[in-house]
Amino acid sequence: MKNKRIESLEKAATPKKFPDGAAYRSISMASTNQLALEFGVSAREIDISALDRDIVPERYARNMKSFTTRDQKTLLESCVTVVGNGGLGGTVAETLARIGVGSLILIDGDSFEESNLNRQLFSTEALIDQPKAVAAADRITSVNATIQVTHHCCNLEDGNASKLIAGSDVTADCLDNLPTRFTLQKASQTAGIPMVSAAVGGHSGHLTTIFPEDRGLELIFGPPEEAVNLKGAEQSLGNLPFTVTTVAALECAEIVKIILQKDSPLRNRLLIIDLNDYTFETLRLV
Amino acid sequence: MSEIIDLRLFATLQKFNPASPDTFAITPGVTVRDMLEQLGVPIEKAKLIFVNGLKKDLDVALKGGERVGIFPPVGGG
Repeated sequence: MKNKRIESLEKAATPKKFPDGAAYRSISMASTNQLALEFGVSAREIDISALDRDIVPERYARNMKSFTTRDQKTLLESCVTVVGNGGLGGTVAETLARIGVGSLILIDGDSFEESNLNRQLFSTEALIDQPKAVAAADRITSVNATIQVTHHCCNLEDGNASKLIAGSDVTADCLDNLPTRFTLQKASQTAGIPMVSAAVGGHSGHLTTIFPEDRGLELIFGPPEEAVNLKGAEQSLGNLPFTVTTVAALECAEIVKIILQKDSPLRNRLLIIDLNDYTFETLRLV
Repeated sequence: MSEIIDLRLFATLQKFNPASPDTFAITPGVTVRDMLEQLGVPIEKAKLIFVNGLKKDLDVALKGGERVGIFPPVGGG
């Protein structure tokens, strides 16, 4: 059976060239889908088998000069939970789906409001009052139907957090409030999952990575019992789309590094950006 | 005698930046807390204090020549 699949993959592979002239073997989306149907497995499994044979699913061809086929396979076999599917979370979810992170768990209890339209990628006029997690799942499926998407239209709480994030390789904190950020940190640390935490306000934002044994958010916001009452500076700064998109992109770069290198340049460090004067600084928290 | 520091106030604190923040004159030995009070910065907003790229607290004393960044954490998503 497995041999038959390999034979079919080899037959479906077509020779192509990268823009620099280097040759590679490619498999098209249509061929992947056809083989998935033929062998009764998911398209993602076909793409993983293809990568095992050094055959590049064409949708990932432009990843290939930065990633090896083995890296791409690792991404396809990974799962990221995106908590908050608004500004940061929308762009993070879409970017991870496009780069080929194979499983995404999307969590958001909110619905879109008009004031989200300036920056939240999945918000449209037609989707006002509709749940963000549903919109996110629909969009991800239309961008990359091979991704395994699970969505939850509820807020993350102490009672449900460990169940919702179970099986993730990384959690992405794209939340807009401090108490839930601490809830996600606690659940991620208990489950032994690294968490990438991003926050924005006006022209500024910051990003850090928290491993299970790290002090994490309290190094930025102070002890949780004080921080839960802290009003973030974004309340008087608003939220701008280019800041949100920039910080979301940085968050994805960090998530992919953690998945592929099992390491993080931003662990116990805080990347601060200020787009007023294009400040990008990485500061040591400990 | 005064010394020069490179001072940067970010986000909501930007409006408290002095005229030439990158050549801001201090009295050696002054603490970050005293300096911020002189600039009128609300101390409770100065959560993240960085001196030469390292996190410090309000009571760190400055000698001159440091790069000092003060950042109020943001929390939006």
